[in-house]
Amino acid sequence: MSSRELILGRIKAALGDTAVPEVTRDYRPAASEKADVELLIDRLVDYKAVVHRSDDVAGVVASLNPGRLVLPPGLDPSWVPADATVVDDEYQAEAVLTASTVAVAETGTIVLDGSPDQGRRRITLLPDLHICVVRPDQIVASVPDAIARLDPRRPLTWISGPSATSDIELNRVEGVHGPRNLHVILLGGAS
Amino acid sequence: MTFLGMPTTAPRGVGNLRGDESFPAAAHKALQDEQLRRNLGHATTTIRRKSGAVIGELPDWQELREAGSTLKANTMARLPELLDQLEANVTAAGGVVHWAADANEANQIVTDLVKATGHDRVIKVKSMATQEIGLNEALEASGITAVETDLAELIVQLGNDKPSHILVPAIHRNRAEIREIFLREMPGVDPALTDEPAELAGAARRYLRETFLSTKVAVSGANFAVAETGTLAVLESEGNGRMCLTLPETLITVMGIEKLVPTWRDLEVFLQLLPRASTGERMNPYTSMWTGVTPGDGPQNFHLVLLDNGRTAVLADEVGRQALHCIRCSACLNVCPVYERTGGHAYGSVYPGPIGAILSPQLTGVEDNASLPYASSLCGACFDACPVKIDIPSILVHLRNEVPHPRAEKAAFGAVAYTMDHPALYTRAQHAAKLSRHAKKLPPPLNGWTASRDLPEPPSETFRDWWAKR
Ligand code: SF4
Repeated sequence: MSSRELILGRIKAALGDTAVPEVTRDYRPAASEKADVELLIDRLVDYKAVVHRSDDVAGVVASLNPGRLVLPPGLDPSWVPADATVVDDEYQAEAVLTASTVAVAETGTIVLDGSPDQGRRRITLLPDLHICVVRPDQIVASVPDAIARLDPRRPLTWISGPSATSDIELNRVEGVHGPRNLHVILLGGAS
Repeated sequence: MTFLGMPTTAPRGVGNLRGDESFPAAAHKALQDEQLRRNLGHATTTIRRKSGAVIGELPDWQELREAGSTLKANTMARLPELLDQLEANVTAAGGVVHWAADANEANQIVTDLVKATGHDRVIKVKSMATQEIGLNEALEASGITAVETDLAELIVQLGNDKPSHILVPAIHRNRAEIREIFLREMPGVDPALTDEPAELAGAARRYLRETFLSTKVAVSGANFAVAETGTLAVLESEGNGRMCLTLPETLITVMGIEKLVPTWRDLEVFLQLLPRASTGERMNPYTSMWTGVTPGDGPQNFHLVLLDNGRTAVLADEVGRQALHCIRCSACLNVCPVYERTGGHAYGSVYPGPIGAILSPQLTGVEDNASLPYASSLCGACFDACPVKIDIPSILVHLRNEVPHPRAEKAAFGAVAYTMDHPALYTRAQHAAKLSRHAKKLPPPLNGWTASRDLPEPPSETFRDWWAKR
């Protein structure tokens, strides 16, 4: 008997004729609320991300003096400052500029899904500065809204603020292994 | 008599589910450690405050708990079908699924997989399951080095210590102690290192960076696996999880068979429950989700090891099986008056606190962790805090009735329970204890608690004062 059969046999013996209970879903489902961009900003800032509201992506990026910049292959070229130092190797890069897939207002979370304008996962992991561009139509209210939009077959990275730890006396401290600086550029409605 | 196919407890002689001494004996020592008590008190107070604040932001917290609870019950009842589905979907996405009946088999599978890569070092991201089975020890015995990459795990590993909390294994260490450990054990550390948490984190970043970039094999746990899609999820904070899950060529994930959720949509419940209940954040900094292998992105070899190791024995107990609903948030530890006073080591197993008191005895068989069901006052705080509404007090009572306990043990913890319900009694007892230092014995019914052992010095703060502050 294989371990697979063994374990499945054990489970069936353990369950006997256990009835399958119904799942109760009385919580707020997807599409119960409208996305609130002010809330998103509040939550991003609360977790130490820096937020820029601007349609001039290249201008904001240039103002951050990003240094050696790595880019995903399908990024909008107009977002890249004319004099940027672009490198191919994320191991050498000091900063990365990407688009995003979804932003969750209630939790201040940005999700990347590896699309051509976001690139493979390691490019947003190794550089110390991640600059991430969010379009207004990508902002959703809640986690259920985000789940409804995402494709689980893609590699997903949910990012809520810069790398942090709560391992020392349970206080949140920013800056361990991931990017220590997260800048978010919100398009549409500069203010 | 056992025969193939019978639910079976976790084997002896491997892994970390059984302590060297009983809970009362271990707790007795811990209760005398003032520093430990201060560290724990500080940390659990912080986390309770943070967690309470972000839970308060959600108008539907109770509805989410109910959904989490019913989802887990539904999953357990359909486990064979859902595991089949998970296996098919992981396989279709390019992963390889392995089944491990117990700790020995899981250790063997992982060791063989690592050996087959030709490498002798793995990086690890926090996984309770691999601690449970003693994987690091097994790998070491085969000449493979396992590097823990979680800051807290690193502190524990460098300090030659044992984890004492599910989420923050080094919760028993304060910043000054962590600095000491780093200065002593971390090669190349800056001798001017201070005990500022940000500096300590920076030291870990520098220390591990090269290891992340050069190690070709990673071992991880998983918080959730989605049967419908074959997707795995790891929630973390530091980015070490992302490093382990994306940089190496080979990824081996070890996961208990109970970590399943039926559908992709179900994650919308658990992604709201877990961060708020565990670290007290609206969302943890990083969550990685992957389905099999993605060409050109991340590890190109993915293995999923599904672990039983006593879980089917837990499932066989109609009352106790709820313990398998646990999502390892550690909220029950953070609110437990007994945990706060004894710390995690006293529980002997990798699973400490209230969840440990119901899970460990069921995984090993109650005879091997006979005192744990008594390591509680039955005050019910754990039940209220649990994001998936596990009725821990009822399971404790149920297990107490099953334990072939020595009578004294029952008397001892019976007294703890009674006292917690009657603070005046404890105050009186402590008062009596203070008066009669020479005798070093508590009056009945508390004399069972010390069970003819020496009475520890009465704590500077009485139970009642401490309770009143909560
Ligand atoms: S039993 Fe509940 S509160 Fe305790 S760790 Fe598990 S999920 Fe969290």
